[in-house]
Amino acid sequence: MSIWVDNNTKVIVQGITGSAARYHTEQMIKYGTKIVAGVTPGKKGQSVNGVPVFDTVKEAANQTGANTSVIYVPAPYAADAIMEAVDAQLELVVCITEHIPVKDMLMVKAHMSGKKTRLIGPNCPGIITPDQTKIGIMPGHIHVKGNIGIISRSGTLTYEAVSAVTKAGLGQSTAIGIGGDPISGTSFIDVLEAFNEDPLTEAVILIGEIGGDAEEDAAKWIKENMTKPVVAFISGRTAPKGKRMGHAGAIVSGSSGTAESKIEALKAANVEVADKFSELVPKLIKKLNK
Amino acid sequence: MNIHEYQSKEILKEYGVPVLNGLIVFSAEEAKKKAELIKSDIVVVKAQIHAGGRGKAGGVILAKSLDEIVEATDKLIGKPLVTHQTSPEGQIVRKVYIEEGCNIESEFYLSLIVNRKKSCFTFIASPAGGMDIEEVAKTSPEDIIYVDIDPSVGLKAYHVYRIANFLNLDKKALKVILEGVYSCFTDKDISLLEINPLVLTKEAKLVALDAKMGFDDNALYRHPDILEYKDESEEDKEETKAIKHGLAYVKLDGNIGCLVNGAGLAMATMDAIHLAGGAPANFLDVGGSASVEMVSTGFEILLSNPKVVGIFVNIFGGIMKCDTIAEGVVKAANDMDIKVPIVVRLQGANAEIGLEILSKSDINVMLAEDMDDGAEKIVSLVGNKEATNEHLGR
Repeated sequence: MSIWVDNNTKVIVQGITGSAARYHTEQMIKYGTKIVAGVTPGKKGQSVNGVPVFDTVKEAANQTGANTSVIYVPAPYAADAIMEAVDAQLELVVCITEHIPVKDMLMVKAHMSGKKTRLIGPNCPGIITPDQTKIGIMPGHIHVKGNIGIISRSGTLTYEAVSAVTKAGLGQSTAIGIGGDPISGTSFIDVLEAFNEDPLTEAVILIGEIGGDAEEDAAKWIKENMTKPVVAFISGRTAPKGKRMGHAGAIVSGSSGTAESKIEALKAANVEVADKFSELVPKLIKKLNK
Repeated sequence: MNIHEYQSKEILKEYGVPVLNGLIVFSAEEAKKKAELIKSDIVVVKAQIHAGGRGKAGGVILAKSLDEIVEATDKLIGKPLVTHQTSPEGQIVRKVYIEEGCNIESEFYLSLIVNRKKSCFTFIASPAGGMDIEEVAKTSPEDIIYVDIDPSVGLKAYHVYRIANFLNLDKKALKVILEGVYSCFTDKDISLLEINPLVLTKEAKLVALDAKMGFDDNALYRHPDILEYKDESEEDKEETKAIKHGLAYVKLDGNIGCLVNGAGLAMATMDAIHLAGGAPANFLDVGGSASVEMVSTGFEILLSNPKVVGIFVNIFGGIMKCDTIAEGVVKAANDMDIKVPIVVRLQGANAEIGLEILSKSDINVMLAEDMDDGAEKIVSLVGNKEATNEHLGR
């Protein structure tokens, strides 16, 4: 078991003819992901790594039965690409693209309201269910099938957590990067809810960072609903106020969005928060053995 | 990207928001020549820097004659202004805004922000004008109204009524201001627009007495007019250089430079150095697709900070290959004669090749197992002067 994606997931790559998308399409196919179609407007009839290219998502979905898309479209056109996938009624859209204007994402969110499509990202590494499917840009080889669910706002810290779990002899049920932007499709709570219901997931690693209050909201939800152990790590304790730390969403504005507030909220929800990253998995194992 | 008060007012004026007449000058001589264009018995001379708290810091001076205007301009220009939002050294004032005065009846606070929690825009308004709104939120939260605007619907009459009623202001006059603010906010991809104070004059007119705008960096590509307002003298030179090279850099107060791939990992690396008893000198994310040259430029940028006495390179290779990083480290060491100790942690894609490149080169680096190990190693290396000397680059 896993959440949201498995070996039945049929994937469209939007923006497939771009160089990054070509590379990652190849990597995903190698991993075993069912890439059934690509979309680049005006490039219908071409093929990339043996994958047929269509002009529109609707056409691609109708012809191939795809239920998911992954977006590598450049930022100025990415919001349009997401809305197109939503209108084609795909179940899941994973947007890798970084630097999408906030206003565009607000329009996307308004457009998605009341529709069935789930958006992961933007500005994220994607989602992987080890040994089944990898939808995104994460290095597949560090993952091992297992019982630990991983959620993170940061790409590289997701890989760090995955690698630490694998090294400890455990594995991942599903690992998801929800992205570093201030406006995003999937929240910590959405993922926690799914992991809570997933029979295979035994415990969850949550990796947050400064900016916004998604971790505080997650802590509240965990306190009231979560039946499985959660361990967490929050980055950015030493980040100065008012400075954007790489991610568009990683900024302490005034007194809100601080690491302290997030750590405090998580601890109050009985979540073990590791000060050092190397303590994260040992803390997880301790919780699992209780 | 932030812009100056006078630039924000230019934009607001275009959108029909009332502002006072003013002009920008770069020297006392220029003030002497131009100030009489301001037809007002009393004028205000305001230092233009990208930081708040100018009034309290002495950056806003009242003047009642041409002589006083020139004197005030002379007092401000070319000197650092230290406010609670600047660095301790302050920000050098390069220009001042000379603005006509007005008779203030009462002051209000008005801002429009992107509400990330609710994915909408939110107006924030308060009768407690001219004060720090965070302070008001703490001490008298009942004095603040928050009005959410659905971005797909836009500003409606009832939003105006709610805010006007709360502030006890004339609906028609406030409507002009709210509509102007909302239109320019959405047209120009603004992420924060603050008018503090919004003033009601004794003549019953509403005027934006101060104005602050911050723009969404990711949307600047579609606003060449806004890019014209960019004032590079207000921004950190190295941060600007980093952006040009596709890197994300933020200078900090400590002395251990770090070079990392990924924003989350870069923040975690700073935290790890701090936990190990050291102080990070910077945030530097080389991203997921850095070239050898970008890594080497990263070194150049972080070494431009004279405080740096040691460097920690922390890489978890995914898409970013460790051998590229290793080549970048070697190139930087060869090009720049680095005299501080370097600790390198390479894990993930092509880590073995990267480590081989480092061991074959003649540069002296210490290797680390993981992030925490690396942080402890660099802290112990720079914590001890003798150790630092032993680990000279070459």
